[in-house]
Amino acid sequence: MTSPDLLNSELLRLVTAGSVDDGKSTLIGRLLYDTKQILVDQLEHIEDASRRRGHDYVDLALLTDGLRAEREQGITIDVAYRSFVTPRRRFQLADAPGHVQYTRNMVTGASTADVAVILVDARQGVIEQTRRHSYIVSMLELPHVVYTVNKMDLVDYAEERFDEIARDLAELGAQLGLHDATMIPISALKGDNVVDRTDAMPWYAGPTLLEHLESVELAGDRNVDDRRFPVQWVIRPMADEHHDYRGYAGQVAGGEWRVGDEVVVLPSGARSRVSAIDGAEGGEAIPEQSVTILLEDDVDVSRGDLLADPENAPVVARELTARVCWMSERPVEDRARVLLKHTTRTVTARLDEIVSVVDISTLEDRPSPGRMELNDLGVVRFRLAEPLCVDPYARNRATGAFIVIDEATNETIGAGMVVDAS
Amino acid sequence: MSVTRRTLSHLDALEAEAIHIMREVAAERERPVLLFSGGKDSIVMLRLAEKAFRPAKFPFPVMHVDTGHNFPEVIEFRDRRVAELNERLVVASVQESIDKGRVVEQTGPRASRNQLQTTTLLDAIEEHGFDAAMGGARRDEERARAKERIFSFRDDFGQWNPRAQRPELWNLYNARIRKGEHIRVFPISNWTELDVWQYIAHENLELPKIYFAHEREVFRRDGMIYAASDFVERFPDEELFRATVRFRTVGDMSCTGGVMSDAATLEEVVTEIAATRVTERGETRADDRVSEAAMEDRKRVGYF
Ligand SMILES: Nc1nc2c(ncn2[C@@H]2O[C@H](COP(=O)(O)OP(=O)(O)O)[C@@H](O)[C@H]2O)c(=O)[nH]1
Repeated sequence: MTSPDLLNSELLRLVTAGSVDDGKSTLIGRLLYDTKQILVDQLEHIEDASRRRGHDYVDLALLTDGLRAEREQGITIDVAYRSFVTPRRRFQLADAPGHVQYTRNMVTGASTADVAVILVDARQGVIEQTRRHSYIVSMLELPHVVYTVNKMDLVDYAEERFDEIARDLAELGAQLGLHDATMIPISALKGDNVVDRTDAMPWYAGPTLLEHLESVELAGDRNVDDRRFPVQWVIRPMADEHHDYRGYAGQVAGGEWRVGDEVVVLPSGARSRVSAIDGAEGGEAIPEQSVTILLEDDVDVSRGDLLADPENAPVVARELTARVCWMSERPVEDRARVLLKHTTRTVTARLDEIVSVVDISTLEDRPSPGRMELNDLGVVRFRLAEPLCVDPYARNRATGAFIVIDEATNETIGAGMVVDAS
Repeated sequence: MSVTRRTLSHLDALEAEAIHIMREVAAERERPVLLFSGGKDSIVMLRLAEKAFRPAKFPFPVMHVDTGHNFPEVIEFRDRRVAELNERLVVASVQESIDKGRVVEQTGPRASRNQLQTTTLLDAIEEHGFDAAMGGARRDEERARAKERIFSFRDDFGQWNPRAQRPELWNLYNARIRKGEHIRVFPISNWTELDVWQYIAHENLELPKIYFAHEREVFRRDGMIYAASDFVERFPDEELFRATVRFRTVGDMSCTGGVMSDAATLEEVVTEIAATRVTERGETRADDRVSEAAMEDRKRVGYF
């Protein structure tokens, strides 16, 4: 049976990264093919196309060819999402193929990912792109990263070569503070260690890429310590049978919620207690669940407010220091006025100062650049017209993240991750 | 940090995401609408809307773009379901667009009202002043959709510009628009066909009968099976015969092909879909049923 068990299978979100020709399309095609996700007509299509191109093998990279064709036509492509499923897990893959816009696209794909799969060409080892991808993974606080050292067939499946690259990667991981880095020697073209094990590298005793993805422990990744609940929508039926019903609907952004929990409403500071939780089995809500919380008291709560643990509340901030990825073609300068959307609250803010921008080749900070351009990663100080209730992004991805919106065009022009707030 | 052993199942995670999206639309847009075709995806959307907003009523009406050539079973189901939910139904009629001369009806055996739906939909959006239309389209349906955003912007002419999409990060959706513009929102973008079926089974949702194997009059065209109906003209060599079929989608009768199938229960359909998705490395390529189903995926053209 290929359909995953309803209750026990988890959703794993991954993002793939690699520079052009590292074999990313081939790897994704191989994953889909060897896990038997390919529909018959898709397979016939790529078999034909491979023959027409004179290959004596089926070019699995063609499975993601729609995007490539567009790239050749010069259409902007950013992130494509694909799903596949094995008996153990349901996977969702974000693939960011563009290279010009690479940073922006990878930041977007990585923002929702649990695992990053970064390709390294075994012949080239760790290159500038590898550092760039790893930096983004660390900045976005992905809990897990897998380096697939690809094209092992072109280095005679040599253990020494893999060990050498693995050492460099371990050093890079330590420098960046990556949480859980794994290295796997593969050949996407031949299918070695992607889904199936191989005889070509008897010296490698670890899991294949798929085995690893199927067993990555996700339970510890969400913040279950700090109760956070951004109110998204107030449910008031105003019908006779539910006359007094007043529920606060939203998605749990941290902690485990139970009836009887003490609550502080922020930014007002009003206090109450959870009287019921609708939409959660057993009356207990965990991170990422969309539920409706009811309170014992008739306090004033509306969209944009945050319910939290009074003993462990977030900072109600008027000033923020954040890492920012600039995503607009139009550069931004010190003092610019923007909107920040954080959880369910949108406020006006001023970029008080662009503190630094990172030089992606050396990973060193350039202080006081005065402006940021498309794909720049930097540190920015914001002043807020109204307060936001934030946590450091490193502590909570849900309450530490925000997007930057252009008031005039409504475009999303940046992504931010809170470092510090007051 | 302490560690909990409980995580959400994949269906719970997809459900939570979709509910979050619907609530964002309700909160950030003034006049949203939920598009409903009577098909399995929109039936899932209705259940998600219940979970997002009950015990209150939906903060938006439900709208069906009726080609006038729908399966009668589906129209009956639509009216009953919306009445049970006690929600407001808006019907935008392609027949009316034809009568008003907004669109021209095609003729002949290959005539279809499928393309005409777009005009009817855009007219209805304008007439009612809707600024956000939620639909049940999924990214696994076609390649172009794989890179369409969950919040997808349409200009004053209802056009989608793939070059000007907004980046979507975390669960922070930017729903801001200017006057005259509207957004299409796809809360179940990340679901697959199999997820939809599993969810239907899990929630025990009722579906129109045509989704399950049943005997009816059909004919063959281009290797596909179509239901006989007054709306579809046949070529002289297209003979009617009786067969046991089920439909994977419930669009306009003129362009909705069925598959030969004995799957008469939800469980049997889920098993069959799982098998269809995961063909044995092309070795079962000659399997008619599978390739027919795949073909239908390609043929599927919606007003979305
Ligand atoms: N020998 C060998 N070639 C590979 C491997 N993986 C990919 N390639 C080849 O490398 C080239 C670039 O691969 P592709 O998947 O298109 O790279 P992308 O640009 O990263 O998507 C193609 O010619 C592939 O056939 C591998 O494991 N071994």
